[in-house]
Amino acid sequence: MSEGTARHVVTLVVNGVVREAAVPARRLLSDFLRHDLGLTGTHVGCEHGVCGACTVLLDGEPVRSCLTFAVTVDGHEVTTVEGLAEDGEPSPVQRGFTECHGLQCGFCTPGFLCTATAFLRDNPAPTDEEVLEAVAGNLCRCTGYQNILKAVHRAAEIQAETRGRPEPHGYGTLGGLADRGGRA
Amino acid sequence: MTTKLFGEPVQRREDARLVTGQGRYLDDLGPGALAAAFVRSPHAHARIRDIDVSAALDVEGLVAVYTWEDLPGALAEPLPLLIPHPALTHGRTAYPLAKDIVRHVGEPVVMVVAEDRYLAEDACALIEVEYEFLKPVVGVEEAAQGVHLVHEDVPGNVGAHMVQEVPSRDGRSAAEAIDAAPHLLEFRLDIERSACMPLEGKGVYARWDADDGSLRVYSSTQTSTSVRMAVAAKLGLPLPKVEVIAPDVGGGFGVKIVHPWPEEILVPWAARTLGREVKWTEDRREHFVSSAHERAQVQHVRVGFDDDGRVLGLDVTILHDHGAYTPYGIIVPIITSTQLLGPYKIGAYRVEFSSIYTNTVQVTPYRGAGRPQAVFCMERTLDRVAAYLGKDRTEVRAANFIRPDEFPYDQGLIFQDGRPLIYDSGNYPESLRMLKELIGWDSFPDMKARAAAEGRRIGIGVGCYVEGTGVGPYEGGHVQITSDGRVHVSTGLTSQGQGHETVFAQIAATELGVPIERVSVVTGDTRRFGYAVGTFASRAAVMSGNAIALACRKVREKALRIAADALEADPRDLEITDGIVHVAGTPSASIPLATVAVLSNPLRYAFDEEAKRATQFSGAASMDRPPVDEGEEPGLEGRDYYSPIRSTFASGMHAAIVETDPETAEIRILRYAVVHDCGKLINPMIVEGQIHGGVAQGVGGALYEKMVYDEHGQLLNASFMDFLMPYATEVPRIETAHLETPSPLNPLGIKGAGEAGVIPVSAVIASAVEDAEGITVDRMPISPSDLHTLRLRLAQ
Repeated sequence: MSEGTARHVVTLVVNGVVREAAVPARRLLSDFLRHDLGLTGTHVGCEHGVCGACTVLLDGEPVRSCLTFAVTVDGHEVTTVEGLAEDGEPSPVQRGFTECHGLQCGFCTPGFLCTATAFLRDNPAPTDEEVLEAVAGNLCRCTGYQNILKAVHRAAEIQAETRGRPEPHGYGTLGGLADRGGRA
Repeated sequence: MTTKLFGEPVQRREDARLVTGQGRYLDDLGPGALAAAFVRSPHAHARIRDIDVSAALDVEGLVAVYTWEDLPGALAEPLPLLIPHPALTHGRTAYPLAKDIVRHVGEPVVMVVAEDRYLAEDACALIEVEYEFLKPVVGVEEAAQGVHLVHEDVPGNVGAHMVQEVPSRDGRSAAEAIDAAPHLLEFRLDIERSACMPLEGKGVYARWDADDGSLRVYSSTQTSTSVRMAVAAKLGLPLPKVEVIAPDVGGGFGVKIVHPWPEEILVPWAARTLGREVKWTEDRREHFVSSAHERAQVQHVRVGFDDDGRVLGLDVTILHDHGAYTPYGIIVPIITSTQLLGPYKIGAYRVEFSSIYTNTVQVTPYRGAGRPQAVFCMERTLDRVAAYLGKDRTEVRAANFIRPDEFPYDQGLIFQDGRPLIYDSGNYPESLRMLKELIGWDSFPDMKARAAAEGRRIGIGVGCYVEGTGVGPYEGGHVQITSDGRVHVSTGLTSQGQGHETVFAQIAATELGVPIERVSVVTGDTRRFGYAVGTFASRAAVMSGNAIALACRKVREKALRIAADALEADPRDLEITDGIVHVAGTPSASIPLATVAVLSNPLRYAFDEEAKRATQFSGAASMDRPPVDEGEEPGLEGRDYYSPIRSTFASGMHAAIVETDPETAEIRILRYAVVHDCGKLINPMIVEGQIHGGVAQGVGGALYEKMVYDEHGQLLNASFMDFLMPYATEVPRIETAHLETPSPLNPLGIKGAGEAGVIPVSAVIASAVEDAEGITVDRMPISPSDLHTLRLRLAQ
């Protein structure tokens, strides 16, 4: 068996569920999620870490899954766009993007949603400047960003409305991850 | 009425799946499919001496390796030249896999199929191709000298040469009008290459059903019906045995209208040959070097004008760089040369273009499709005229506008659809008035003076355009109401994020009087609708929107006829509200559309309780007529087509205020204002979204994006690291205002909106930078270092 095909077992928690697959050492996390675990919501736009479409939350923090080897996340926790909904209801960020027309083709959207989710967990009442900064690492070719900025603000509002006074360290599953102190 | 949805900012029906990761893009399909990968030429111009695949054969998981020599029949022929034109005397297209000669970096040479993409790329890396280098031809002006040739049999590298000329009303040629004019200016303009760059690249996935002898192809395309015809032709399959589906598509902007891409016929062929599912997903580098680019032109302008700035004669000569091949014909330079006139009436006009081969990626339409270059040319010209005369730039524009009472206005040219360039409607003076108000044009000099007092440089710019939208030949719509009361709408053209599912559902719900929740829309699936042209030229809403409206009207008429029989009423007295047909003013006399659908289809066999009403002993049928009367068809459905006599002409005007840093030469857009007229709005939220996205791409083209080729034909910036697309931090907030001048040409009174935002941006930014700096801007994009160079030149 060549170096390219020797397999390593990777066990991790994805969207709250323990998943396991045996993959070559060179398998990217993006490909692992999409092709080994069948979670195709995470998209690959550039394969070199610039566009941010592949952003997922690794132990609660946004990472580029196209720049991460799957074997390096063994034992960790990953949240993808498929895991953002809460009890089957769209999350505040998902609602914000829908209400504000913050997506067109939708290809870059999962990356923005994951990025914004982590951002609003840490900063539930952001300023315009902070929102701009937060999404400035993700490329979108359709929307011109204006409605994305609006959507993140709207998500902050929804989050505050639905959860009452925002906690500085968030809520739900993500809050749970953050409480464990980030990456193990 | 609850069902009146046309014109409302209805939230998108696409979003629920797209924000939850449930969208289905090309690479999300076919999890067990084999993966294709390509060995592509690393050289811009070379002869293939030998291809040695032996080292690749040991790669575990390798399934097949194909070169041109393996291709049978029509597959071995050059790809189709999609849009022939008499002026395209030397059209050339590539082979699906290179035969003998490669003509740009990225041209596919070998196809590898393996168990997964990693292994396919392992095999690609082990294939040795021996090349004999030929002289690369790079740069349109160098190419036009014809010293070295891209194609041995194309003299001077000239693929096409075309002249259109419209004399003045008193019969003068452009040259005569210019020479006779009180003032004359002559200058050169230059625009760089950019590209569509959808976040999802291209991709193809094919399944061959050996038992059925049929092929299903999924492609990230803007035209599934045309891909279907091309695949059937190239593979020698009967058309009914091929179906092509465009799944969710992650952006197109033009590049995915070209077809068949080599991979679109090679992957299905491999699937059939191997009897296995095969998929190819383009990676980003492949997209840069093997898809398509646009924009690059050099323009020479001669303009003659009077003391008011009225253009009496205009002569434009364009060198258009179309890259190595011309699969999409000469649509881009035709559009540049015809749309250059914008909202203006010009005394006499002559335009000449040469479309030139270079050893670079082929050039096909990118959002705007030749118009950004056209508008750059016209608006730069008017700015120069204004500067020469010392007049306000908006005054010079107003002096040249076509007046509202002059429509329909014939520009005397032949447009990209082969039909006369006749503008249907518009109100340019009102657009300009709205724009000046929105940006605060008249108070800007004060603002500029205040900024100057603080040591800041700011400038204002303006740009106007007219966009021919909704070009033919046709689109169709099919509408079916089933016995559960659901409305199924389909149209053949495709979607890449424009929100067609939403706007077409709005149209159907409004036309039929049904709740939008009951309407479902399918686009780009040849199983549902086989006749279509595709999504390009800001045509989807105009073409399919009107076709769907017409199909709905047929269905509505039939529903009212059947309901009138059942209610013993006059069809003219019936209305449909919330999916229920009722007698106007008598809500109790009513019948749901679901029941009408049951009655529309005379049955022998009841499949459920409701269906019993349509069976033969139900007593519902008249004994005097056959169950399906002459001229009738079973079912509550209708199909119709919309085929316009000509294009509709949307228009708009943009203005920007920019600030240039006196030290770093950084250019920042402080404000950006848009007045947009696309006729009646179906969904203002979606139209605004289209404008925002277009302007953002325009900002990219004006300030950041260019394809940097070196003299060897190597694309030096083929990655998102080096090709600078705007992030949120580079795009200003866009202020919009709408003017609605309905089109008289179609039932809904609409015009296209998809491309508009991008069209005038380079012209507007150039105008504003020029105003801020007092220098002449004659090439775009303009980077801080470009501006710095211009400042140095001015200082000398």
